[in-house]
Order: sequence, then structure tokens, then C-alpha cells
Amino acid sequence: MCTYRTERVIVEGSGKGPDGWFELKSATVYFDHPVSAPMEHSLNIDFINPGMGPSARVAVELGRDSALALARAINLLVGEAPVS
Amino acid sequence: MKGDLRAETIWLDGHGGDRIEAYLAEPLDQRPTGAMVVIHHMPGYDEGTKEITRKFAAEGYLALCPNLYTREAPGASADDAAATARAQGGVPDERLVGDVGGCVKFLRDLPHSNGKVGVIGYCSGGRQSFLAACKLSLQAAIDCYGAFVVGQPPEGFPLKVRPLSDLADQLACPLLGLFGAEDQHPSSAEVQELDDLLSGHGKSHEFRSYQGAGHAFFAVDRPSYRPEAAKDGWSRIWQFLAVNLAA
Repeated sequence: MCTYRTERVIVEGSGKGPDGWFELKSATVYFDHPVSAPMEHSLNIDFINPGMGPSARVAVELGRDSALALARAINLLVGEAPVS
Repeated sequence: MKGDLRAETIWLDGHGGDRIEAYLAEPLDQRPTGAMVVIHHMPGYDEGTKEITRKFAAEGYLALCPNLYTREAPGASADDAAATARAQGGVPDERLVGDVGGCVKFLRDLPHSNGKVGVIGYCSGGRQSFLAACKLSLQAAIDCYGAFVVGQPPEGFPLKVRPLSDLADQLACPLLGLFGAEDQHPSSAEVQELDDLLSGHGKSHEFRSYQGAGHAFFAVDRPSYRPEAAKDGWSRIWQFLAVNLAA
């Protein structure tokens, strides 16, 4: 299937691309066909800064189980972290 | 010799007169022939789609694949461009029609064109192929597992995609539809709904759904590849074009 399903999240932080670190502005999250991962569908995240052009992107393509494990880890650690 | 071809990047006038990039493949045989516009899938103007474009030329057709993301990401890699386009909501339907229309004009103006042009698209391009066939004067259209030709996208859907059921009565050329029976978008029920809709309007169409195949069964570089379905699908494509794009 081609899900088209896409979520957009405004983010603050930095990512490291081929030209070094850059400021992140948003993340595009979608469960759809991967470009590289050897699977039919993957959970894909593009961390981007649109103002810096298309190549200002940190991309990941994760299998379903990997994505869920990552989400659990993020929730666990962020939940335990002090609010600053 | 059949199979001999030349392929190169060109620029043409797309929607609104915008200059857009495209990949042109031409058979070296100088005889007048039909032409195909190849619409890439959502992952973009990539190597796989260019390979398909060359395949049409190897079979004797002029073939042209527009980079639908030229405006969002000129000069970017295919995956970066696709990510940029998705983040901006995808390709608007009106712009798609204008870009394909520019390709059709470009192909008809080539010295070896016989004036007949078809369109083919995969995945999101399948829906766009149907859209183009309803809006432009074409001689053949092929929809390879395009989702949301019928069927409603989920509420809150962020991309510029809407069902095209209301355009079915405008379909202006024969349509070949190739689908995977295991696909969920489009589902077998949606394929049947489109089949019935076109029959109701008296539109010439031929649909084939392959058991054991899901979405993207033509994609040779993905786990979804199903050789038997793809081989039969290509055979049906050549038969369909031989009838509809012949001089």
C-alpha cells in the first residue's frame, strides 16, 4: 500500500547532516515505502530545516518494531528527565 | 535495432510555463512511433523510474518522465526532493495536469512522434495517471496500483490528495489498470468500485488484479517485487500500447 499518511511536528534541536550540524525546524513522520531499508514499509522520519534547502535533512527509516522500541525509549527517558 | 536508445535530461515548459526537469528516452529507430509520459511514484524522480522510462524506449516508444518535484527541490537528490515535497503537502492536482500536459506537447513536437501519447504512473503516479487521462487529450492511460482514485483519504489527511470519482465520466481514453490483490490502498473493494464506476459511464477499461501480489509489485528493487505479476503486467502493457498508440 501507499499510505500517504504523514504527520508534521515542529521541533527544536540540531541534527548532523553531510555538511555538519544544523538547526532543525520540523520533523516529517510517515509510515510508507522506504528509499533504502530492505522492507516494504517503514516508519520514516525526516528531520529538516526547509530554509536551508532540501539536503538539510537527517533521515531515518525504521522497521515497525524498531520504531516502537525507539518510541518507548524516548518516552521513558524524557519522562524521567528533569524539566529544564 | 530494437533496444537501442538514447536517454538524457531535458527541460520543458510545465504548468504555468514553469521550466521543469524531465528525463527523455528515445529509440534510435527513426520511424514514427507513439509516446509515453511516465509519472514517478511518491519517492520521486529516482533511478527506478528512469529505468522504467528507458524500458519504454527500448520497446520502441518515445518516453518522458517529468521531475514533479523540480520546483520544491531543484538539483536535489531524489530522496531529498521527495522529503521536501512531502513536507510541503505533495503535488497539487492542477499542477500535475499542467506538467503532464507540457510533457504531452513536448512529445508530440518531437520529429519521430506519430502524435499518439499515453500516460503511465505507479503508486501515487497511478492516481495521477488517471487524473491526467480525465483532463487531457490522450490515447491511452495505465494506472499501476494508484490509491485514492476512489475511496476517501482519512480525516485530517495532510497531503493534497482527494478521490477522483467525480471525474470518471471525463475519462477520455482507454484505461489499463494493474493491481495487487493483497494491496490495501487501493483495496480490492476499491478496485471493484472503480471498475463498476467506469462500466457505468461506458468507459473502455481493462483491469487485472494479481493474487499473491500487493502494492508495488513492479518495483524490482523492493521486497514487494512479484516477478510473475510484473512479467504478466508488462506483457499486458505492451499489448495495450500496441493497440492504442499504433500509427
